[in-house]
Amino acid sequence: MPVQDFEKIFQEKIDNEIKIEPKDWMPEAYRKTNIRQISQHAHSEIVGMLPEGNWISRAPSLKRKAILLAKVQDEGGHGLYLYSAAETLGQSREEMINDLHSGKAKYSSIFNYPTLTWADIGAIGWLVDGAAIMNQVMLTRTSYGPYARAMVRICKEESFHQRQGFESLLVLSRGTKEQKEMCQDAINRWWWPALMMFGPRDSESTNSDQSMKWKIKRKTNDELRQNFVDMIAEQIKTLGMKLPDDMLKWNEERRHYDFGEINWEEFWQVVKGNGPCNKQRLVARKKAWDDGEWVREAAAAHAVKRNKTKAA
Amino acid sequence: MNQQLIRKYYYGDIPEDKTGGNIVSKETKTDWPLWEVFIRSKQGLDHKHAGSLHAADAQMAIENARDVYTRRMEGVSIWVVESKYITASNPEEAGELYEPAVDKIYRHPTFYQLPDEVNHM
Repeated sequence: MPVQDFEKIFQEKIDNEIKIEPKDWMPEAYRKTNIRQISQHAHSEIVGMLPEGNWISRAPSLKRKAILLAKVQDEGGHGLYLYSAAETLGQSREEMINDLHSGKAKYSSIFNYPTLTWADIGAIGWLVDGAAIMNQVMLTRTSYGPYARAMVRICKEESFHQRQGFESLLVLSRGTKEQKEMCQDAINRWWWPALMMFGPRDSESTNSDQSMKWKIKRKTNDELRQNFVDMIAEQIKTLGMKLPDDMLKWNEERRHYDFGEINWEEFWQVVKGNGPCNKQRLVARKKAWDDGEWVREAAAAHAVKRNKTKAA
Repeated sequence: MNQQLIRKYYYGDIPEDKTGGNIVSKETKTDWPLWEVFIRSKQGLDHKHAGSLHAADAQMAIENARDVYTRRMEGVSIWVVESKYITASNPEEAGELYEPAVDKIYRHPTFYQLPDEVNHM
C-alpha cells in the first residue's frame, strides 16, 4: 500500500474516534509530536517535585507534611506513567532523561519559579495543578491510546492535589493578619506564571493545526486559559482574596471573564532558560541522576548474580 | 505533507526550536529491562494490565509496581512479566484474524427467536 493510503486510513481512524495503539501504523510526525509532548509532560512531573520538595521538611504540621509527601510521590508516579507511554513509541527512557539534562527536551516553565513561603505550596496546588488539570482532562481524550490511559490515571489523582492546595490556602485566609498576607502574596506571585502555562496566544501561532487534526490536542491554548480564568475568578471569592489583575471583569456579553495581558517577554525568557530557577532545577536533576548511578549499577549486577544462582 | 510544519506551540508541547538547549545527548548505557504490570483490583476479579515500568529484576518490578500503581489500594495482587516475553498479534493482520467470527451470528443467544413463555431462557 502506498504511504498516502496508510495516512488516509490513519486519519479516518482519528476522525472516527478510534484510538491509535503502539503497533498501529502512524505518520512519523505523529510519532515525533507525541514523543516530544509526552516526554515534556513527564519531565514536568519529575521537575515539578523540586519546588514542592523544598517545603517537605518545613511543612507547618505533621498532617501537612504527610499530605505534601503523598502529593510529591504522586508527581513521581505521574512522571513514570508518562515515560512509559512515551516508550511505547520507541523512545528509550535513558534517551529521554539525557534530553532533559542536555536541555534539548523542555518541561513546564512554571517549575522555574521559586517557592518562597509555605503559602506557595497551597497556591501551587490550587493554581498550578488547577491549570494542569484543564490540559489533562482534555488529554484523557487524546488520540494516542497509551497517553490517554495514563491521563485517566493521572486525573484521578490530580483532583486531590488541587483540593488540598485550596484547603491549605483557605486555612491561611481565615488565619492571622500575617497568614492572610502570606496567602495573598503567594497568589500574586503565582497567578501570572499559571496563566503562562497555557502557552502563547492562538493568534501567535501561524503554523498548521496538525495536533488538532490528529486530535492529540482538542482545545486551543486560549480556550483552556479562558476556562481556567473563569474557574479561578469564581473560586477566589471563597478565599476572600484578590487576583492581581485590574482588568479582570465579568463580561456579560461573552459570558466569560475578561483579563489583562500576560507579560510575554517574561514568558519567552523563562522558556529560553532565563527564569529564576532554570539552572538550579537542572543541576538538581542531574545530581540526582549521577548520585543514583551506583544504585542502578548495583541493582543490575545483583539481578545478574541472582539469575545465575537460579540457573545453576 | 510537509512534516516540518508541526511546530505550533501548544500547552505542554514546547517546540524544539524554542528551547535554546544545546541538543547534545550523551551515549546511552543499558536501561533496566521493561516489565508489564497486571493488577487484580479485588479478590475474585481478573488481573488487568495496569502499565509498565523498569526494574532490574522481578522482585524489584513487584516492589516498584506496588509504589507506582497501588498507592490508593487499587490492588490486592500483582503480576509482572518482562515485556520482551509478550507476543502480540499484528494489528495489520486484524482483518484476517477476526474475520471468521464476523458472520457467525448463530453463536449469539439473541439469534434464536423463542416463544414468550420461554424467552427468558
